[in-house]
Amino acid sequence: MSVGSASWSFTEDDFGAITTSLQKLLFECNARCALLVDRSGQLVATVGEQPHFDPTAFATLTAADFSANDQLAKLIGETDFNSLFHQGEKESMYLADVARRVILVVLFDTRTTLGLVRLKMKETVGDLTKLFEEVFSRGTGGQGQPEGLLHGAEDEIDKLFG
Amino acid sequence: MSMINYASREINCKIVYYGPGLGGKTTNLEHVYGKVKPDTRGKLISLATETERTLFFDFLPVDLGTIRGFKTRFHLYTVPGQVYYNASRKLILKGVDGIVFVADSQIERMEANQEAMQNLYDNMAEYGYDLTKMPFLIQYNKRDLPNAAPLGELQNALNPGWEVQDPARQRLTPDPYHAGENLVEQVPTGEWIERATYFEAVAVTGDGVFDTLKAVSKLVLKTLA
Repeated sequence: MSVGSASWSFTEDDFGAITTSLQKLLFECNARCALLVDRSGQLVATVGEQPHFDPTAFATLTAADFSANDQLAKLIGETDFNSLFHQGEKESMYLADVARRVILVVLFDTRTTLGLVRLKMKETVGDLTKLFEEVFSRGTGGQGQPEGLLHGAEDEIDKLFG
Repeated sequence: MSMINYASREINCKIVYYGPGLGGKTTNLEHVYGKVKPDTRGKLISLATETERTLFFDFLPVDLGTIRGFKTRFHLYTVPGQVYYNASRKLILKGVDGIVFVADSQIERMEANQEAMQNLYDNMAEYGYDLTKMPFLIQYNKRDLPNAAPLGELQNALNPGWEVQDPARQRLTPDPYHAGENLVEQVPTGEWIERATYFEAVAVTGDGVFDTLKAVSKLVLKTLA
């Protein structure tokens, strides 16, 4: 597998569908904020209250957290941990795997309960899994690839880096 | 695995600095962090031990400019160089778009360099990535030290070249960064070989740090063109 074939991109329509699904989740479970992070540490989407922290750093650490826990799971004989929960005094976060490529993170406080967040996230994970599988199949099928985007931009790239 | 976000008009790419322990990977990132304008970079995240040895990774996002209206955002990572941390080192390679191997030029570190290079090939292979088919370059760091090995010796040990089997690629390709040298060439035995491009650096003073970053970023963007 070449690295190029692992590239993926999503359109504004995909983004709209993702946002709608996450907004529904936040409304139903009364959580503060939902973030989608790709397994390599890139932030895909943020919905709800704007986070007061650096979202890029958050995304990187989330991916590292999930990857490290995957390896811990393997050490104890599990294939993976498909969800993680970090509890704080006021703020907590619940993380769940989506289609083995993306991580859904929900930040919530004492206005809701872990049980409700977990329950509602399960439905959302199902919806997002379908959506992302479609995005990935398109990416690896050669459509929607970045070739169109930067095709013929060699001169511009050369200029950018002097 | 580059990520194109049409909504925010961003191209996100991941570059990993790999190499033996104490070779200068973190120093490369620290220099970039100190030199680029604050509005074009994010926070430098370091997951390090109390003695400032990298435990998991360092991370720095930088914007390098705009192409076709898309902001090019590079996520720079380092890995822990110490042999002991292979499990976490491997995790950082997930979804990588470009690799910089930071070699320690000191003669005494030759074996550590070779071991780290072998480890890089092995870890990449486990993900199904082929290092010879992706943006990859070598930075020979610490060139200012009196015990630095000659460049030729380092090249022979770490960058001897791999065989080019695709006939379309079997053509003399000059190294754009070193006049008179070639990246792809035919050796006397008749085989075609390709080498990674390389840079000499002194990361503590910043020499060669941006040359390396610019070159690897350019290679990564060209894979999208």
